[in-house]
Amino acid sequence: MTADTLAEARAGLRDILPPLLAAVPIGLLFGALAVGRGLHPAEVALMSALVFAGGAQFAVLDLWAAPVPIGAVAFSTGLINARHLLMGASLAPKIAGFPRLVRFVGVGVMADENWALAERRARERPLTPAYWIGMAVPFWVNWVLFTTLGALAGSLLGDPKRIGADFAFTALFIGLVAGFRAAPRAGAVIAASAAAAALAHLAVGSPWHVVSGATAGIAAAVLLAPAAGNPAIAGNPAQAGDPVQAGNPVQAGNPAIAGKTEARP
Amino acid sequence: MVDGQTLAAILAMAAVTYATRIGGVLIADRLVLGPRLKAAFDAIPLAVLTAVIAPMALATGPAETLAAAVTALAALRLPLIGTVAVGAAAVVLFRAVLG
Repeated sequence: MTADTLAEARAGLRDILPPLLAAVPIGLLFGALAVGRGLHPAEVALMSALVFAGGAQFAVLDLWAAPVPIGAVAFSTGLINARHLLMGASLAPKIAGFPRLVRFVGVGVMADENWALAERRARERPLTPAYWIGMAVPFWVNWVLFTTLGALAGSLLGDPKRIGADFAFTALFIGLVAGFRAAPRAGAVIAASAAAAALAHLAVGSPWHVVSGATAGIAAAVLLAPAAGNPAIAGNPAQAGDPVQAGNPVQAGNPAIAGKTEARP
Repeated sequence: MVDGQTLAAILAMAAVTYATRIGGVLIADRLVLGPRLKAAFDAIPLAVLTAVIAPMALATGPAETLAAAVTALAALRLPLIGTVAVGAAAVVLFRAVLG
């Protein structure tokens, strides 16, 4: 292992630490709830290890019964995890240089958190397998460990709402979203996604909000994108709405204007 | 210890989930990005992350929505772990105050 590899793995571990700590109460909560729904701690461990998708795991607990409705469980899982298709597609060019094995196994432990951090890092420098492994492996071990502990400890934990543990996931994601606020059209994407997801949640119910919100947010970005895009001008939502300005090659090529439109707090 | 039905359900979940994870990577390897498709891909992280938490942040109750707003302000200044701590504290506080 070269010094570079080690440094990359360390950087991965350092970046994943906050989500890792935030996942501790969430994992304990999942394990405790799962046992309450009739799962054995060994089954909790197996599910966390093989599925490794918190949102989907929480959602199927609502469906859990004896006998287990396998079709409904699989369908709900697919719907909630459909976002992985988008996430994987977005990550693909950034991990294209990874060895095949790392790519195919590594993407198997892609989660919202390690993916968001990888995307953030890819904006600054190329992604390396060591960075990905340094993030993803501890995060996976942590989830399996704490969901299992939650299952074993069960009711000893008391009410997780008492310490706001049920909100930790939301707070973590708000932090991740804030990390992307400089991305082009960020405000419009967040607004469209949040509105559509909240409406879908109220109108239809749980698993559908992810697909609805993601679709609306992406649609907003596409609608506001100039046909022949200059990213700097496109980054300003006010100007992006003006087809003359967005399509004007003189202004688009003018670094002074581009620089001005990009300047943000 | 591990029931047959449960094992089958877990394996089904695992298979579906892996398909979603590898599917996007395999599809994207065959895509050529034009400006509009590029804009769509750039928006994916924000659109997905926002959609996942919108019900809790906007459609659960006033305590959660206020806590989400406080968390968002904290996120502009604090590192991730601080943001999570502020969020958890805020939701406990607002739930206590607002009942």
